[in-house]
Amino acid sequence: MGMLRVLPFVLLMGVAALAQSPRYGVGRTPTAEEIRAWDISIGPTGEELPPGRGSAKEGAPVYRAKCAGCHGATGLEGTAPILKSKAGPDVELWERGRILPLRAPFATTVWDYLNRAMPLNREGTLTADEVYALTAFLLYMNDVIPEEQILDAQSLPKVKMPIGDDYAPLPDWKPRTPRLKGYPY
Amino acid sequence: MGAKRPDRRGFLKSGAALAGGFTVGAVAPAIGQDQEHHGPQMIHEGKDQIAYGDRSKHVTSVRIAHGGRPSPDPWGLTFHIAAPLQDSVGVITPSSLHYIGTTRGSFLPDIDPKEHRLMIHGLVDRPLTFTMEDLKRFPSVTRLHFIECAGNRSSRRAKNVQETHGMTSCAEWTGVLLSTLLKECGLKGSATWFVAEGSEEIKGASSMPIAKAMDDAFVAYGMNGEAVRPQQGFPLRLMVPGFEGIFHTKWLRRIKIVDRYYINYNDFGHLDRDPKIAALEYQIGPKSVITFPSAGQQLTGRGFYEISGLAWSGGGAIKKVEVSTDGGKRWNTAEIKGSAHRMAHTRFGYEWNWDGQETELQSRCTDEIGQVQPSRAQIAKYWNKPFDETFSVPGLDNSIQPWRIASDGSVTNGHA
Repeated sequence: MGMLRVLPFVLLMGVAALAQSPRYGVGRTPTAEEIRAWDISIGPTGEELPPGRGSAKEGAPVYRAKCAGCHGATGLEGTAPILKSKAGPDVELWERGRILPLRAPFATTVWDYLNRAMPLNREGTLTADEVYALTAFLLYMNDVIPEEQILDAQSLPKVKMPIGDDYAPLPDWKPRTPRLKGYPY
Repeated sequence: MGAKRPDRRGFLKSGAALAGGFTVGAVAPAIGQDQEHHGPQMIHEGKDQIAYGDRSKHVTSVRIAHGGRPSPDPWGLTFHIAAPLQDSVGVITPSSLHYIGTTRGSFLPDIDPKEHRLMIHGLVDRPLTFTMEDLKRFPSVTRLHFIECAGNRSSRRAKNVQETHGMTSCAEWTGVLLSTLLKECGLKGSATWFVAEGSEEIKGASSMPIAKAMDDAFVAYGMNGEAVRPQQGFPLRLMVPGFEGIFHTKWLRRIKIVDRYYINYNDFGHLDRDPKIAALEYQIGPKSVITFPSAGQQLTGRGFYEISGLAWSGGGAIKKVEVSTDGGKRWNTAEIKGSAHRMAHTRFGYEWNWDGQETELQSRCTDEIGQVQPSRAQIAKYWNKPFDETFSVPGLDNSIQPWRIASDGSVTNGHA
């Protein structure tokens, strides 16, 4: 009985504590469409990925048309950074070079970078289908997925990248705290 | 300019008496041609020089491309440009000489500030979009902070302090604390990271811990008393004091609050296998360097010199700077000029009488949380590696820089 009497009070307190009201009232609420248009950082869950699909087979002609000019026919011969490791799978992954579609922990990072940053000077001109197809092509080129695998918003985040969890976690950052205990600083 | 000249001469003739000091005879002929005069040549000031002044033509200190990659490169991209620390005085880097770093190389965007927006969304109660005018309505902060590129490392090949240390600079930045804006949006309990993103063609983005956002990060629209320069992110950049330069997102247009490390392309570049190297990233360690005398400079003879340099740390304010004039055997406390600000270049000086003998100068600093700048030998010992010419400092390089003084007064890189 006493419990029931207290409950509404507790609920009210809770709501008041959660809903911090804005102090200055400056700024405008963006529309859902405005947020969608700018929401291009693709996290590991892939929740920001747009609709679309593509496989390495579909990516090959896109690569030839839009990427090979700088990166070379097989990703090795161009003036731009190489897209495929010169070392084979017999060499340890961390020794095979900083190749995005090989060393990235999540395939979403490959999609994200192609979408935001390629092709040079024509950034943002690839369609979602082209980005899925090129991502598939680069992953296929590095023996991460088979040629016929189709990538879309559901399957892309599930691609198992060769690095697995073999990379160092970042220690929590705290103000006024040395980062590495025992380091001579 | 030509059309204005008669007016100007007329003004000088009639007004010189008021100005005092110069006589009409000394000043007016300098405006004309080839006439003898006794004062210095005059700088012909056009309207543009009245509106926005230049430095003296006798001051020729300039930035240089860093690490052998030209800027602009064959694609027209600006990459890494180093500041001329060898000529620096005080702690402020002039905006025109501030070092530049970009994600991958970048074209500089020409942004109309009236059109620019900052959007904050994700794990917040109220996503908000701010115009530049909106941002200037908020309570502001003005702080001195250095920004240093993670690639700012000395090598045996470097010929001067611009090559060894030029990828750091310090400016006075004005803007709004990110915590102020995030409180306005109402941060959700699940918020642990944030992604900051620029509006340049590559839309450079990085993930950072929310603790930094709530501690001292801010969005800056002012730099050294005027608007942030385009090369520094006009009209808005993120300041994350003490973090590596790349996190200071330029041309900032979006902050997304998230619940995990997002591993953007920039973050991918930070991944390492060794947890110790990963821990050395993000926050810059305590670091100092002597800017005079430094490699490439020349002592004019034995006698008195004030040794001068810069110290900074991502851990806080500089507490102490020491200088050695005998290759690190003895350390002497240097004078800190003015006040030491948190995560800011701090100027130090040390009075030195050079006896004309060959020697080596070094500096090391201690910050407010007790971190002391290490030597390369100490770092090699930590990593259990031999300290020889093959040794390269893992992670960020905040090691002591030795400058060798030859008996002829020439100064060279002590790592060479």
